[in-house]
Amino acid sequence: MENPRLDDQTMALRVAKEFKNGMVVNLGFGIPTLASNYIVEENEIIIQSENGVLGIGRTAVTEQEQDFHLVNASGQFTTSLPGMSFFEHAESFSMIRGGHIDLCVLGGLQVSEKGDLANWLIPGREPGSVGGAMDLAFGAKRLVIVMTHTTKEGEPKILKKCTYELTAPRCVSTIITDIAVIDVTPDGLVLKEVAPGWTAEEVQKLTEPRLKISPDLREMAL
Amino acid sequence: MAINKVVDSFDEAVADVFDGAVILIGGFGPSNGTPSYLIRALVKKGTKNLTIVANTPGMGRAARPAPGAPPPRMIRKTPPNFDNGGLLIQNFQVGKAITAFPGNAPPGGGSPLHDQYRAGTLAVEVTSQGTLAERIRAARAGIPAFYTPTGPGTRMEKGKEVREFNGRPYVLEHAIIADYAFVRAYRGDQRGNLVYQGTSRNFNATMAGAAKVTIAEIDELVPVGSINPETVVTPGIYVQRVVPRPADWKKGA
Repeated sequence: MENPRLDDQTMALRVAKEFKNGMVVNLGFGIPTLASNYIVEENEIIIQSENGVLGIGRTAVTEQEQDFHLVNASGQFTTSLPGMSFFEHAESFSMIRGGHIDLCVLGGLQVSEKGDLANWLIPGREPGSVGGAMDLAFGAKRLVIVMTHTTKEGEPKILKKCTYELTAPRCVSTIITDIAVIDVTPDGLVLKEVAPGWTAEEVQKLTEPRLKISPDLREMAL
Repeated sequence: MAINKVVDSFDEAVADVFDGAVILIGGFGPSNGTPSYLIRALVKKGTKNLTIVANTPGMGRAARPAPGAPPPRMIRKTPPNFDNGGLLIQNFQVGKAITAFPGNAPPGGGSPLHDQYRAGTLAVEVTSQGTLAERIRAARAGIPAFYTPTGPGTRMEKGKEVREFNGRPYVLEHAIIADYAFVRAYRGDQRGNLVYQGTSRNFNATMAGAAKVTIAEIDELVPVGSINPETVVTPGIYVQRVVPRPADWKKGA
């Protein structure tokens, strides 16, 4: 039987460890947005949402908190924080394309060993919804992808070459999956962390390109 | 005589919209800051063969998930009296949509946009959201085209000039030349000065002034001078018509 894989919340918890004090962070739909619930209190993180707001708080929980004029880029109701600011869309994407976002976390369909990302169009699902993913992939200073390591059918999503339409070439810095953390480097993919119970060999079996094993390989700290 | 751009009804505000017009429609996502009354007035008028430019036009009234799909993770609650550009598509008034997020179309699911796209009766141009916003902003600023860092090495560069600046490739994108902009604001005055609420500013403030005629649907009309000039988001000269929502719109008027 296969080792247990991390669930969505635990992956989000691991994603949140990438946030450093003072960072401007943009979070994509799904698990990346969940990560905003795991920001540690000592760290002040400014979350940018591409629909035109900097410095939003956690997602709204109660009916009273829900405000039609305060949503994040995933369309979820969110909450305010002191120091928040609003702006229109062209301004928002000036921030993104102009290199003012320190870290962006997005979901992925496929990542190649060169750091190419495909995350917006499943073949046969034309016309596809690219949203702001492409601008973020090209514009953020650092891009982290969080996704399950394999498809529902068990096929690798980390490939030698992406077969789906690209979001951006050579844009990914780090891949966080339900079994591993992998860095994209000029020398190829480097396995840095494995989920509890997993070995480097087991992760390699589910990854198409050859992984280099980091000399500091360790179990994910969660 | 004092400048007064206030128009009494939504029907009057859209009366000169013609068949084949290009219309920018503000708003974001399934519910945020959309000029719903202007859209419904245009549905009533029945104008045909429109090109609509909107971030998220696929999520109209008739959007539906795939059969047996789990409920969406986002909160699907819509504001009072909500409609978006999807209603114009549903009513077969649109020939082309330029959009960043038509919505996902799982097998058996989707929206009128997807149905008409699959049937070949609706053209859909998908563009990245930042490129969409900048193509609109450029039109407002009188810039016919610009080089953007988004898109080289992807399908978005197809058929476009790619040029290198400082060692990095950029794609040439063109401004979207539009006849009308439908925007939704919070408060406005007779001069057309506008302020917005929270994230409802989104594409509305980008589109205001980017078309030959900008029509602002506002929640509340206030006297000239009552909006602090330091806080005006859309200066009045960008707006040609202002139409207040009925006072009791939250109650279904």
